[in-house]
Amino acid sequence: MMEERQISLAKRHRKDRFFRNLCRVVASTSAGILFILLSAILFEGIGALDTQFLSSPPDPDPELAGLYPALMGSLWLLVLTMVIALPLGVAAAIVLEEFQPRKRFLRRVHGFIQLNITNLSGVPSVVFGILGLTVFVSMFGLFGTEKLPTFEMGANYTDQFYNQGDFILEVPVDDPAAPETVPEAGMTVYTYDGRALELNLLGDDDDWPEDAALAERSLYSWDYPGRNKERSWYYFRIPFGRGVLAGALTLMLVILPIIIISSQEALRAVPSSLRQASLGLGATPWQTVRQVTLPAALPGILTGAIIAMSRAIGEAAPLLMIAGIVFITNAPGNLMDDFTAMPLQIYNWAGRPQKEFHDLAASGIIVLLTALLFFNLIAVILRQKLSKPLS
Amino acid sequence: MRHTRRQTSLTRSNQTPKSENVVRGTLKGSSARSVRRWKERGILGMLNGAALFSVFITLSILWVLGAETTNFFQQDEVSISEFFGTTQWNPLLGSEKHFGIWSLVCGTFLVAGVALLVAVPLGLITAIYLSEYANPRVRAVLKPALEVLAGIPTVVYGFFALTLLTPALQSISEGFGSFNALAAGIAVGVLILPIITSLSEDALKAVPQSLRDGAHGLGATRFDTSFKVVFPAALSGITSAVLLAAARAIGETMIVALAAGSTPKVTADVRDEIQTMTGFMVQMALGDVSNYGVEYYSMYAVAATLFVLTLCFTLLGAWIRRRYREVYD
Repeated sequence: MMEERQISLAKRHRKDRFFRNLCRVVASTSAGILFILLSAILFEGIGALDTQFLSSPPDPDPELAGLYPALMGSLWLLVLTMVIALPLGVAAAIVLEEFQPRKRFLRRVHGFIQLNITNLSGVPSVVFGILGLTVFVSMFGLFGTEKLPTFEMGANYTDQFYNQGDFILEVPVDDPAAPETVPEAGMTVYTYDGRALELNLLGDDDDWPEDAALAERSLYSWDYPGRNKERSWYYFRIPFGRGVLAGALTLMLVILPIIIISSQEALRAVPSSLRQASLGLGATPWQTVRQVTLPAALPGILTGAIIAMSRAIGEAAPLLMIAGIVFITNAPGNLMDDFTAMPLQIYNWAGRPQKEFHDLAASGIIVLLTALLFFNLIAVILRQKLSKPLS
Repeated sequence: MRHTRRQTSLTRSNQTPKSENVVRGTLKGSSARSVRRWKERGILGMLNGAALFSVFITLSILWVLGAETTNFFQQDEVSISEFFGTTQWNPLLGSEKHFGIWSLVCGTFLVAGVALLVAVPLGLITAIYLSEYANPRVRAVLKPALEVLAGIPTVVYGFFALTLLTPALQSISEGFGSFNALAAGIAVGVLILPIITSLSEDALKAVPQSLRDGAHGLGATRFDTSFKVVFPAALSGITSAVLLAAARAIGETMIVALAAGSTPKVTADVRDEIQTMTGFMVQMALGDVSNYGVEYYSMYAVAATLFVLTLCFTLLGAWIRRRYREVYD
């Protein structure tokens, strides 16, 4: 009996040592995966990474291709998403943490909201993409289509004629649904640089005028226009279509639970003695929140916001549902412009068979990871600079 | 003005400063107070609106998925029995369209299964190591490494699976296709590894030190303590961590869209090209499919299935954590 126990003790110690070594192997495996992943990407991507890559649009030729529209698209998305999600998320967290009701029914409501937020954080982001596609992009199809929206502002429609002398003549159009303008004698047309002229209508038999000033305002009666749409920077329409705003709203859905949960944790960490002191001095509940609790919780809230930003900038699936893969060479100019984002561009390049595009994807990943690293650095600095002992 | 039902614990404690009016003794003071109180109420209303917005999001998910899925089943080409009863998913090509969800579900579970096979052992061992064995110096290296792994965007893992793992697997065995379930599964496993590790470590950390001290006092080794005392005590938290990670693996999109391929089939062969539910949704979003055909609505039916599946896992995880939690004083 005694002997048996001795053996088993030695065995147990052997087991312990074995497991400790196993642990070391496993732990270094996950560190190793990270190392392999990062070094492989760095190795493949560093070659193509230069200012030309950052400043030029995507191109079928991998030598010329760049990340610029995706970079700007991600920037637009990030700013818009945070502007929408941060106030909403912090407000929800304040209600859930600072204004807990006493009535049983209202407590149940709070409990339900809390459970709901937990569940939302577990919803796959691609489902949010489908939701955004239905609610923001097409708005259930209730408000017309992208081409013929119910509401539109900041768009100037013109009918453009190219006449036989290679001049452009424009006629403003008020109603985008109106039929194409038919040239009429004496109607006012505008040159490309904005001068108003009287149209000189030519019949079928007339020759093209020699005089340049006359040729500039001449059209044959059979000339037909193309409809042109100029969008101002404040261009807005309902439904939103596959634009930046729809993308940002969808990303907002994805990161809202993250912001709420992290803000709640930050608020919970504020010692209640601070609140009680403020209330005891006669401050109203809102004054207490605004001037005492919120400032005290700010470092935590901002750290959570930055984590949410890192999530938003790397998120691809919901944006893929909203924007698809489109070929864009410019930064978005207004809220309704088509867009692409860094993860989408990386997905696009990574999905192609050629090795050159894989290298481009790796370069894009380096840019994306650098942005993430930068965010995390800010979070660390915020945590250290702003947080001071509260109790 | 009297407080109404909206009153909270904080507003209630604010009833005393009536003296303010008495001291000032002016009408102006009381009207300023009334304005302030209305302002407070307005602000509280807005805050409540923000909190209710999350409920509104859930309701709109349910409504959109429900309505469009109903639309899907009302089409002539499909029936509920075909959707749940058959295994062929072929909505886009060919003269005859087939809508049997099981091939997509099977692909999803194949990838998620591989991911869990990779992540659960690695994640749990890492968690036990971090919580029971590791000294502060090791923790100081390992924790940030895991945090970095957790912060890497999924499209990067997709790239990793497609351009590193797949060629590596192909050099080991000829049978692997250029898209295969194993590479995608391993990448998803790496993705959920930090989730399992950090949630399980939290659960292990929550087990009181006195239990460990007791076990050590009875002569148990660290290994015995970890596996016979701490691990069972934290089992509910660990189970819920695994379920949450499984939900994440099922809903993961970009990795499978890049590396798993686009051929829905019922198979257990990890070398094969498969398609997951999320992969199908991405394929639909990228293709030029009209907005009203049966194949367009099928995307919503797949999304609804995915939503219900992940919701089950999340709720089950939350329930297990609450129901089977060991509470110590």
